Amino acid sequence: MNLDFSDDQKQLQDQIRRFLSEKCTPAVVRSGLEGGEPFSRELYRGLGEMGVLGVAIPEAYGGVGLSHLELCLAAEELGRALAPVPVASSIYLAAEFLLQAGTEAQKAAWLPKLASGESVGTFAFVEGQGRMTADKVAAAVRDGRLSGAKSPVADGDIADLAIVAARSGAGRGEQAVSLFIVELNGPGVTRETLASIDPTRGQARLAFDGAPAERLGGEGEGWAIASQVMDRAAILMAFEQVGGADRALEMARDYALDRMAFGRQIGSFQAIKHMLADMYVSATLARSNCYYGAWALASGSSELPVAAATARVSATQAFQHCAKNNIQVHGGMGFTWAFDCHLFYRRSNALALALGSLSTWEDLLITRLQGANTQAA
Amino acid sequence: MDFEDTPEEAAFRAEARAWIDANAPKHLEAELKRAGFASSGIDSEDPMEASKAWQKKKAEAGWACLHWPKEYGGAARTPIERVIWGQEEGVYGSLSSPFIIGHGMCGPTVMDWASEDHKRRLLPPLASGEEIWCQLFSEPAGGSDLAGLRTSAVKADDGSGDWIINGQKIWTSGAQHSQWGLLITRTNPDAPKHKGLTMFFLSMSTPGVEVRPIKQANGQSGFNEVYFTDVRIPDDQRLGAVGQGWEVSLTTLMNERLSIGSGMSTGFPELFEFCLSAEIDGQPAVDDASVRSRLAQFAVKQSGLKYTGMRAITALSKGQTPGPENSIGKLVAGATMQELAMFALDIQGQSGAIQDESSPMNARFQQVLLRSPATRIEGGSDEILRNIIGERVLGLPGDIRVDKDVAFRDIPTSGRK
Ligand SMILES: Cc1cc2nc3c(=O)[nH]c(=O)nc-3n(C[C@H](O)[C@H](O)[C@H](O)COP(=O)(O)OP(=O)(O)OC[C@H]3O[C@@H](n4cnc5c(N)ncnc54)[C@H](O)[C@@H]3O)c2cc1C
Ligand SMILES: Cc1cc2nc3c(=O)[nH]c(=O)nc-3n(C[C@H](O)[C@H](O)[C@H](O)COP(=O)(O)OP(=O)(O)OC[C@H]3O[C@@H](n4cnc5c(N)ncnc54)[C@H](O)[C@@H]3O)c2cc1C
Repeated sequence: MNLDFSDDQKQLQDQIRRFLSEKCTPAVVRSGLEGGEPFSRELYRGLGEMGVLGVAIPEAYGGVGLSHLELCLAAEELGRALAPVPVASSIYLAAEFLLQAGTEAQKAAWLPKLASGESVGTFAFVEGQGRMTADKVAAAVRDGRLSGAKSPVADGDIADLAIVAARSGAGRGEQAVSLFIVELNGPGVTRETLASIDPTRGQARLAFDGAPAERLGGEGEGWAIASQVMDRAAILMAFEQVGGADRALEMARDYALDRMAFGRQIGSFQAIKHMLADMYVSATLARSNCYYGAWALASGSSELPVAAATARVSATQAFQHCAKNNIQVHGGMGFTWAFDCHLFYRRSNALALALGSLSTWEDLLITRLQGANTQAA
Repeated sequence: MDFEDTPEEAAFRAEARAWIDANAPKHLEAELKRAGFASSGIDSEDPMEASKAWQKKKAEAGWACLHWPKEYGGAARTPIERVIWGQEEGVYGSLSSPFIIGHGMCGPTVMDWASEDHKRRLLPPLASGEEIWCQLFSEPAGGSDLAGLRTSAVKADDGSGDWIINGQKIWTSGAQHSQWGLLITRTNPDAPKHKGLTMFFLSMSTPGVEVRPIKQANGQSGFNEVYFTDVRIPDDQRLGAVGQGWEVSLTTLMNERLSIGSGMSTGFPELFEFCLSAEIDGQPAVDDASVRSRLAQFAVKQSGLKYTGMRAITALSKGQTPGPENSIGKLVAGATMQELAMFALDIQGQSGAIQDESSPMNARFQQVLLRSPATRIEGGSDEILRNIIGERVLGLPGDIRVDKDVAFRDIPTSGRK
């Protein structure tokens, strides 16, 4: 038994960490916050050149051809660094959709561009408030033309292509939904940038009016494919969340060692010490659940749906917990614009909703445990 | 990254499984399986005799205290093989509960600090379960603050070199069943508190030792008070130098951490099973949205502990020593099992208050409710574990201490300010 990454994988992680600490400076992270671009194209291209974006994409499609384990560690580093780049949308989702369901031609057309960072992809799924269900899909494709609106779409303001979930064909319920590739720079697409709680990652509303749409995967299979791909993405995003949680914990620890009040380091007050210990506990449990997810992802285990929901619920909580208490430990300083605490707080809460809210994933986890239980019985 | 055995591990697992299959007390399996919590579940025979019989059988075939050297009753197996054994032993593992303190804490201390003669005399019967040990550490004045203990050991004035022990221990689990005890005492009240301690072992039948069971909050009597009145023990029962007792006790306490891998359960599997069958308003409880949310919270804790344990085993198999980060196991499991029990009773509605044969799952959750407060205290309270994580793992400063470099007799205590 070996529930750990290999030395080679850890070395790669180190390289990515060094790259990000050099290139993903606070000024780069804060650009969107200060009214500039929420997205650093330079950083993104750099990640492409380094092979981070394509690490799990086969060489035949311009990738590096390593495994999802390497991608997990890359995700952790991106989370730590709060990197303002659309890796989740473009790689965990768009590229993964193509890999799982694309035809040879679709893969050849898009994967090399996604792997190099030349193009950005995203997943256009949600339509408005509340939990997303198949019945809420109103966007529809007729004769290869998409009409309707998707909102919010992460990185929809900068993406070049979207995988869109839309109604088509005669199926009902989940079987009514299919997936389509839509070029966002083409005709029939309007975008509107949305203000969000985390301006270091863009959000947009996409309106489609007869936009050319090419089906991805079988007719009526959209919901099933999306749920599979979202499970895979959930594990990767959980690694981002754990990376963020760890960094928030470190910041809080460092501040608790530095800051003096009442003649002592505040880290010597048990109220603070125990708060930090609890942050460590939730970050550790989440990390262990993520390793389980990484194993399931890389081995193609039938436990993947359970592992994904487990990692996702655990990591969401850990990041939220560490980020909010990081502000608390920093006292008044934590509530300033200048300190980075609020960036982690914003990101933790934005990631908690991306791919579906915590309660959605809690529900999924129990559904899947029930399924596993019936199978075992 | 994988959960596969190496070929050697697989061979060992097969060997262990075959032996267990051929030798385990199968007639007890059903009782052990439906055991509630905090009890062996065995009614058909004396539970202690059942435990001893299984332990003896294991010892004779070389399956007891697997990682101990052979000359001391062990089998010189690797830590991973010990973990595999635990997985294979399954439900029969709970028969080992009377030996946990002896095998997990007292034995390793004797191994590190006793003379060769004593090791050969004491360890094999400890391994085989013929002799049971208890840990005589905590006192009314020294629990979390173990070094605050007051039981005194004074050299006899007859030149024999013997020690005379007077004082009181408390919360001593299993003392009423024990043949031997590991005893920490104060030999120098003029030294600072951690410097004046000395460790001994003694037979529990030594004259002057009196064991009085304490009735626990849950009605059982697992722990005891142990009184020492002019108890005389020879100097060769001393472990470590005079004044070195704190260091020796750390061997004991550190060894607690080595008992990882077994991965403490939070009781989630039982709760989940219960929620599948229990009903709320005529519907399965598991279909209720609020139940699902709570279940998911418990599930990720259970899973997080399980895989944290597996990461620790992975580290162990690479030759790393388990460190203070392993404190999280009991911290999470203790608090979680308590919340989980309250939640299970909540689902039972007003009937949750009833603890009898009509209570679901042999009143398991009622038992957990009443026993789990102790889990959060024994072997290091939640607060002490948080201090350990804060200070040893995260590197935060220790508490400001008022009792460190003062003679022990000058430190204020409860009732003596
Ligand atoms: C929105 C806002 C408005 C404010 N307005 C005003 C105002 O109008 N006038 C004004 O004078 N001040 C104001 N303050 C300042 C506020 O009172 C301080 O921020 C607060 O007292 C905490 O002090 P600190 O920021 O120095 O944090 P610190 O004292 O450094 O605390 C850092 C962390 O250590 C903890 N800590 C510190 N000491 C202990 C201890 N003994 N035991 C346990 N934990 C401890 C704190 O709880 C905190 O989590 C404002 C602050 C904010 C955020
Ligand atoms: C079921 C059970 C079995 C036991 N078996 C044994 C045994 O076999 N042998 C043995 O020697 N002992 C045994 N113990 C004793 C156990 O180790 C002690 O109870 C434990 O260490 C706590 O000590 P205490 O009871 O004196 O509580 P105290 O130390 O008085 O603690 C009271 C409260 O104060 C808190 N506290 C104390 N110090 C600090 C601090 N520095 N910072 C923050 N909070 C603090 C504690 O967390 C606790 O909440 C057993 C206890 C139980 C409940």
